[in-house]
Amino acid sequence: MKKKTSDTAYREPLFDRIFKPRTITLPNGHTVKKPVSRVPLITVIVIAVILVSAKVTEFDFGIILKRGYQLGYILGRIFHPDWSYFGADPANTSKLFSALLDTIKMSVLGSVIGATLALPIAVLSSTNINKNGIVVWFFRILLMVVRTLPTLIIAKFAALIFGLGTFAGTVAIVVFTFGVVAKMMYESIETIDMGAFEASESFGANKFQAFWNACMPQILPTYLSYCLYSLEMNIRAAAILGYVGAGGLGILINEFIGWRDYESLGAVLLALFVVVFIIENTSQYLRKKLS
Amino acid sequence: MAKEKKTLSTNHPLTIEEAYASRPRLWWIYTLIILIVAALLGWSGTSITYKGLATKGITIAQGVGYGLIHPDTNLLFNLTNEGVPFQLLQTVAIAVLGTLIGGILAIPFSFLACDKIVPKWVSVIFRAVILGIRTIPSLVWALVWIRVTGPNAFCGVVTQSVCSIGMICKMYINAIEDIDKNILESLDAAGCNGFQKIRYGVLPQIIPNFISTVIYRFDINVKDATTLGIVGAGGIGAALIQCMNSSRWSMVGAYLCGMIVLMIFIEIFSTKIRTRLARG
Repeated sequence: MKKKTSDTAYREPLFDRIFKPRTITLPNGHTVKKPVSRVPLITVIVIAVILVSAKVTEFDFGIILKRGYQLGYILGRIFHPDWSYFGADPANTSKLFSALLDTIKMSVLGSVIGATLALPIAVLSSTNINKNGIVVWFFRILLMVVRTLPTLIIAKFAALIFGLGTFAGTVAIVVFTFGVVAKMMYESIETIDMGAFEASESFGANKFQAFWNACMPQILPTYLSYCLYSLEMNIRAAAILGYVGAGGLGILINEFIGWRDYESLGAVLLALFVVVFIIENTSQYLRKKLS
Repeated sequence: MAKEKKTLSTNHPLTIEEAYASRPRLWWIYTLIILIVAALLGWSGTSITYKGLATKGITIAQGVGYGLIHPDTNLLFNLTNEGVPFQLLQTVAIAVLGTLIGGILAIPFSFLACDKIVPKWVSVIFRAVILGIRTIPSLVWALVWIRVTGPNAFCGVVTQSVCSIGMICKMYINAIEDIDKNILESLDAAGCNGFQKIRYGVLPQIIPNFISTVIYRFDINVKDATTLGIVGAGGIGAALIQCMNSSRWSMVGAYLCGMIVLMIFIEIFSTKIRTRLARG
């Protein structure tokens, strides 16, 4: 019988071809190869990268030791928040709470719209449902580009185009949520069981009917859980969008830092902390239920 | 008789009609979700109103489109400190150092916040500290650190070192809690001392997870570093925002193109390394 040979020979990695592995002969006559450790090479590369980075960023630890007390001073004032923002002074209270509500509204509306837009695009860019390679790659590259744009830059563009205010912030959050949820969704759509989809198609369902009845029940819990996750992220993101004029708490943050009014800043951050804490815990509870 | 009691506890296997009739009915859950979402939408729509485009909105939108298609090639390949390559290098350098220092600082924090290692009250305190660090947005950290370091790239490094702790700790703690304790017992049985147990029992289990976490965070930090420039903490953001404010769209286009290419490259690279780490 002819001996079977594999048509693709195993090629050793480049590293092993330069630094030959040591051959050890075992007592029973077999030989094993022990590759040369890669640790020194990786260490050298990491140290070189660190040195270049330190040079480029003008790394200077001394300045922290010298002026570190400034941080303690500012943090100390932040941790003594101005309580007049929580009821004592009606003007301040309404200022803080309207900004806080704006932030929450922006992130809720943005998450819902973004996540709704993301679902059809995610379906179109998953290879197991959409067999048209060009369309798949078009949408994947689109999503990749959308995800590379930082939220603040999108918010800045939106503020320039739509004018200052919450609408610009909502647009930025829609774009951000759309990119993130669509990517996570097409990755999980590709792992679902396609048997039911094929069975539905073989009974004469069209693609949409087959997807709706066979795939939707499988992906719905994941989808809802991603929506909640993006809502969690968006609350944090929305809080700073005001810095570029897109409404919400960011406007107050910008104002108070400009005036060096760190006690008021502390009040804003405390309010944000409470909201983030509540929303994160609720959403984590709901996500646990979903999975 | 059989028609009245159509339950799942029949002796014979269900016919198709029976199975269909006893299908799970989740319509009330869907209705509830839709109602909640609709209510939230209605509530949040109240204060977000579309007031039409800004006076120069259309000009600006056209400018952005034009700039992205015609980036300033002079700026794109300019090797001085103003050029795109140096700005991108600085952005990445901030993220490298920030992530690395954050990753190292997070190690003691995560061990102290893991309630399997330290007493409950210690872990609660450290978890609260980590949550506090995570809640303050990175832009605020940057604005606070600027008072210490002055407006330069070093400010970005310190900001990211502190900001990264929150998320990295969260994932480190998960990795530490997932350690397989049986291995430690068998090392004990083989007569290993404490140091050997850590070296051969603990480190091989947590190091791949830690490195994977740090690389994931690096991905996020590069993206973050591009916006830190807006407050003056180094990186490409400062130049980008200046160009946007003064409507030099072809320069904006050059910076954006550089950023998009860099980010896609880093994302592909980090995904590759992380899949290799996960497979061992």
